[in-house]
Amino acid sequence: MSFIDRTTRAFLLTELFQGLWVTLGYMFKPKVTINYPYEKGPLSPRFRGEHALRRYANGEERCIACKLCEAICPAQAITIEPEPRPDGSRRARRYDLDMTKCIYCGLCQEACPVDAIVEGPNFEYATETRAELMYNKSKLLANGDRWEVELAFRLAADAPYR
Amino acid sequence: MPKLTIDGREIEVEAGTTIIQAADQLGIEIPRFCYHERLAIAGNCRMCLVEVEKMPKPVASCAQPVGEGMVVKTNTPVVRKARQGVMEFLLLNHPLDCPICDQGGECDLQDQAMAYGADKGRCQEGKRAVPDKDYGPLVQTMMTRCIQCTRCVRFISEIAGTPVLGGLGRGEHMEISRYVGAVVSSELSGNLIDLCPVGALTNKPASYTYRSWELKKTESVDTMDALGASIRVDTRGNEVIRVLPRVNEDVNEEWLSDRSRFAVDGLKRQRLDRPYVRKDGKLVAVTWTEAFAAIADKLKGLAGSKIAAIAGDQADAEAMVAYKDLLTALGSTNLDCRQDGAALDPAVRASYLFNSTAAGIENADALLLIGTNPRKESPVLNARIRKRWQKGGFKVARIGHKSDLTYKYEDLGDQASVLKDIAEGKHPFFEVLKNAARPALVIGQGALSRDDGAVLLGLARKLADAAGLVKDGWNGFNVLHTAAARVGGLDLGFVPGQGGKDVAGILAGAAKGDIEVVFLLGADEVEMAALGKAFVVYQGSHGDAGAHRADVVLPGAAYTEKSATYVNLEGRAQQTRLAVFPPGEAKEDWRIVRALSDVLGKPLPYDSLKSVRERLVKASPVFAAIDAVTPAAWGAAFGTEGALSDQALVSNIDNFYMTDPISRASKTMAECTAAFGGGCNHKHKKTGTHG
Repeated sequence: MSFIDRTTRAFLLTELFQGLWVTLGYMFKPKVTINYPYEKGPLSPRFRGEHALRRYANGEERCIACKLCEAICPAQAITIEPEPRPDGSRRARRYDLDMTKCIYCGLCQEACPVDAIVEGPNFEYATETRAELMYNKSKLLANGDRWEVELAFRLAADAPYR
Repeated sequence: MPKLTIDGREIEVEAGTTIIQAADQLGIEIPRFCYHERLAIAGNCRMCLVEVEKMPKPVASCAQPVGEGMVVKTNTPVVRKARQGVMEFLLLNHPLDCPICDQGGECDLQDQAMAYGADKGRCQEGKRAVPDKDYGPLVQTMMTRCIQCTRCVRFISEIAGTPVLGGLGRGEHMEISRYVGAVVSSELSGNLIDLCPVGALTNKPASYTYRSWELKKTESVDTMDALGASIRVDTRGNEVIRVLPRVNEDVNEEWLSDRSRFAVDGLKRQRLDRPYVRKDGKLVAVTWTEAFAAIADKLKGLAGSKIAAIAGDQADAEAMVAYKDLLTALGSTNLDCRQDGAALDPAVRASYLFNSTAAGIENADALLLIGTNPRKESPVLNARIRKRWQKGGFKVARIGHKSDLTYKYEDLGDQASVLKDIAEGKHPFFEVLKNAARPALVIGQGALSRDDGAVLLGLARKLADAAGLVKDGWNGFNVLHTAAARVGGLDLGFVPGQGGKDVAGILAGAAKGDIEVVFLLGADEVEMAALGKAFVVYQGSHGDAGAHRADVVLPGAAYTEKSATYVNLEGRAQQTRLAVFPPGEAKEDWRIVRALSDVLGKPLPYDSLKSVRERLVKASPVFAAIDAVTPAAWGAAFGTEGALSDQALVSNIDNFYMTDPISRASKTMAECTAAFGGGCNHKHKKTGTHG
């Protein structure tokens, strides 16, 4: 019985038309491909992209060189040298981040007690040379200045879940 | 001896022991902040609460003496709840600044908050803030973090003997502060940092430069004074960040003097990191080969008697034995390790040791100090003497310049003739010594390095024999050294050989031209001008007086940069360990001598540290017993007889903070000198309520 059933379907091209029906259906649905880089897909507020060092609203840098990110970094990509600033506060003299070592696990931003080091939404920072991926403090602070609006929005959006 | 049960384990302890001490003996951990085994019991932090059967409330185990048949429980719901309550109170006003606190990672409060702290605070009110106090250039204060355990107050008044701290106010308003007009200038003030269970008192010179978990810890020995305190050198990369004391009951208990702790920044300054040769009156950087060639040129065809070597105060035994062998091979016997010219007799070992040992001084019941200021020469040892004095029944007298030693003593004037009177039994203090069960004397380098030093040594010997300072199981004859290298040098025989010249002879010979080449092994204290036209080879770690005078400079390693042997004043051989590598082209000192010996065509028969140490053991069996005191037989008479000068007896240390090339190069020590002068002066100004 099953033999007759199968043979009939084969001769009537049932599977072919079923497939074509699916194709037809997708022709009327919105497209999933986007025209990158002119179009971009949505990103979660938790997306872990390029790092940035943030500042307070008054312009003071947040990082206090507590070295917790350095301690937790599983790839040992972070190097910090702390120093007392003339005003007596503790700040980083040096904050180096080796982006070629980084595995984007996000533990640094989890460890940071002052929300200074964050992984931002930017993933388009490919460089022509390897040396450009050795980020220093000024580069990270510049990243923070450039992305502050997005960074603040992301932190606020994720805050209820922390 | 009461017997009690703690957590189901029985223990019998001496009457008067407290519960926390009994628990410590069993290895049961009870959290504590204010209790410290070397300080008086305060019982004010309440963290050590335990439950004792038949007692209505939890009791503070640090202040509760044990009783017969007590049943103590340290880990019950009641105890946990009580400790959580205490912790919540402590955290009420403690700031949440662990990320910037230098104590972070090694903080008692942090650790115990992990065990007993709540996950969030319930207090909605603001925290209190306390203004910081000025504790001088060594101790950074952050008084908002203070939990009022009063360990610092008890240490500074009990152990250091300089009561300058106290608590003001009560309850939440209590603050720890200095007395009006007083300064925290104790030479042991660094220990406040170790004692503070939180980050209220931290290391000022190293503040904000390190985190405790990133430091590599190397156990070593201090060489800043002759006591040879056990230390731990904390390094990061190739940089010494700080030095901490290690517990060593026989030597330093757990204290460390400020110079030993804070002079480490001198290890980064003024360093000799490459060889130099003087060309046309100026030191020019050269290679090792050129430096050795310059020495070989000068030594070519020179008679052995025209060569001399002087070892400095921080020279290690390995380097000294290598120099001794090299000079012997060159035919010279002009060696000396007593650069201050102290009249120490190398023939009788007991004549230059601290025979009663540092721990043993606690058994003495009468003490005579001769020409010494132990507070400046060895503050940790002075704290031991004070500890003995506090127990009572201890008579101390002193011949020498009058100054505050943190304990009471009978001032016998500063004339050497007083010693003669005592030795001859004409002075009343002779009877005190004679009637004591364990009498002791301490003679300092200030006395021995005088012109009549040998006479004073002879008088001290005479007194020791006459007053019975040496008896069965007790030797109360003590020499207080100030140089870490001294005893080691005397033990291995770095002293003039047959027909050899001592330091005074070498200097006189150099001035006359009899001595043409002088090797200085870290010797910076000799009169450089007296070296005349001699060709000076300086080997050492710092560009101090010796390097300025030198014709050839060989860069050596400092004590944190080599594995080396030192013998402390008790005659205890101890070894430092390499914590960081010497800077630049500097090398371990004995290796330099070994390499030089090759160039001079007299190769020394050792190529490894092991074989140098075997050579040391051959020189003296002292070097075989590491970390143990090798006692010395009382032996033959020493010292000489003669006339005494009428100069006043004074200590050889004027400025406690700067005694050696490392501390002279240290910025921190310079700040201390500026703030406290020569040290050991905490007297406050009159305040108006002074009667």
